[in-house]
Amino acid sequence: MDLSAISPTLLLAALMVAATPIMLAAIGELVVERAGVLNLGVEGMMITGAICGFIVAVNTGSATLGFVGAAVGGAVLSLLFGVLTQYLLSNQVATGLALTLFGIGLASLLGQGYVGVRAPSVPKIDIPVLSDIPVLGPILFQHDPVVYLGLALVVAVWLFLRRARAGLVLRAVGENHEAAHALGYKVIRIRLMAIAFGGACAGLGGAYLSLVRVPQWTEGVTAGAGWIALAIVVFASWRPGRLLVGAYLFGGITVLQLNLQAARVQIPVEVLSMSPYIVTIVALVALSARKGRGSSAPGSLGQSFHASR
Amino acid sequence: MQVIRLEKRPQPSQVWTWATPLLAVLATMIAGGILFAILGKDPFEAIRTIFWDPLFGEFSSYSRPQLLVKAGPLILIAVGLSLGFRAGIWNIGAEGQYIMGAICAAAVALAAYPSESVLIFPAMIVAGALGGLFWAMIPAFLRVRFGTNEILVSLMLVYVAENILAYMALGPLRNPEGMGFPGSRNLSQYPAAANLELLPGTGMHWGVVAALVAVIFGYILLSRHILGFQIRLAGQSPRAAAFSGVNPARLILICLGAAGALAGLAGMFEVAGPAGRISIDFNVGYGFTAIIVAFLGRLHPAGILLAGLLMALTYIGGELAQLTLGLPTAAIQLFQGMLLFFLLAVDVLTNYRIRFARREAA
Repeated sequence: MDLSAISPTLLLAALMVAATPIMLAAIGELVVERAGVLNLGVEGMMITGAICGFIVAVNTGSATLGFVGAAVGGAVLSLLFGVLTQYLLSNQVATGLALTLFGIGLASLLGQGYVGVRAPSVPKIDIPVLSDIPVLGPILFQHDPVVYLGLALVVAVWLFLRRARAGLVLRAVGENHEAAHALGYKVIRIRLMAIAFGGACAGLGGAYLSLVRVPQWTEGVTAGAGWIALAIVVFASWRPGRLLVGAYLFGGITVLQLNLQAARVQIPVEVLSMSPYIVTIVALVALSARKGRGSSAPGSLGQSFHASR
Repeated sequence: MQVIRLEKRPQPSQVWTWATPLLAVLATMIAGGILFAILGKDPFEAIRTIFWDPLFGEFSSYSRPQLLVKAGPLILIAVGLSLGFRAGIWNIGAEGQYIMGAICAAAVALAAYPSESVLIFPAMIVAGALGGLFWAMIPAFLRVRFGTNEILVSLMLVYVAENILAYMALGPLRNPEGMGFPGSRNLSQYPAAANLELLPGTGMHWGVVAALVAVIFGYILLSRHILGFQIRLAGQSPRAAAFSGVNPARLILICLGAAGALAGLAGMFEVAGPAGRISIDFNVGYGFTAIIVAFLGRLHPAGILLAGLLMALTYIGGELAQLTLGLPTAAIQLFQGMLLFFLLAVDVLTNYRIRFARREAA
């Protein structure tokens, strides 16, 4: 056991990377849920994005195109959920589960010829001047562009929900779809757009796993990351700022347990591997215990909308 | 201009309730056929290999018993899940409860090894049910006490249970005579603990008997007992249930507890029979497939019985198609996912009427 081998600087830098896939998937799901739709298929969309991104990246040799492909793959799959829940009014919980089961099957079918293949690497960008700052430089300013894309998306969603008129409409649809419909807003169209955005974000998150984190294609590469993203949305009380905290908390636990495994601490590997999931449960419990009566969930979350007139 | 409109039915249609699963199976066969054609297989041969050959083909004497072996755990778990799903309680962590039931039951048997007592098998049944029950009580208690979302907690616990399984297979439950290989002793070769075929050549074992008992009890509970009425009421109208004095906390504990105990039992029968031992890859996703079975069976015990058999058929047929046609395993997984999708899609016919109307002038 050698804890001194763990460098705090590298740990924090790795935390930023570990948090990114979850952050991407969670920010997309946050928008979906703020529009009043509960899509439990994040895991399925993530793994589909992971393989779509991987296939495109390998065949074109461009990681950037890979991420684009992942976003498209995730969005297309999410629209399947959209059509079922919005037009055919199916139960959102059941359809989300179906999306996950379907997505996992689809991904392992698509990924058959890609096990053990190497993907093109994603270059890191050293931001000039800033990356030379001691300690803070390596932690904050020496990552690949997707890390910053994730952060930018969180800020953009925050601004959109808070400052933009369209964000206000989206929130109105999520809080009370009957009232929003009465005001003339296209509830179903807005929700479909939100669902597609969520799917694209989940796809990006999945591709980050298969192209950067791992980086190769293995079955079950997401290992529950989509479900953790869902938990983080609840943990964040549907607010982008807190979502950042949740994603870094989870990223920190993941990185710490991996480092402890490498340092051969006298704790069974299995206990360390299960710790991110246990921490997620504890975080959910702490939040729900504190919240008490007033729930901050969007008012129409998970309900089907059927315009009778 | 013609437009399609949906009109809500005052009552869910009785006819469509039972016709939609058949329609969904048909649609899945067509879509699956297209999928198999894209993969370069003859679609008709593939569909026949999956749905016909396991029962009546040349290898059917081997594959037919497998039908009950695979359907047993699916039905057992799905009956438990259906109670919660009806009441709007979403336990999706049956896979974890299944694993914990198997571990507890195997631990009891291995602790007693090599005793030949007749009490070992009953003790394993109790341990298996309690293991699953305990694992399901975690999300149930957290939901009742703190209002924590049971969907996420029960699912997270699957990953925790998988790690416990790996720990047990490599550590405390490892076969001391296994020359260091991971995995426990083979329980199916330990007569006092083995869950063997009851009728040779049928695949019938105690787990299948338990599944049939669960179907009968589930039916009586839902149609004849006040608790079943409360479960249905809570799902259809939570407000009406509250006014009629249904205690939601009690319902959550009962529904999750029953599902957990049944999933634990399924794990126990599996580890003592078909699987034989605790190993890292002991769980094969029955807990997740059972969700499809529950919905395909319309959350009704009799429907679940049929849906479980059908889903078991796709497993066996899928294996057969893999052997004879080289169809990838993942294609079957996708096929099962498609089935649930189609079912949810055509379900709109149960609750809504489709009207073709002329668009009115604005």
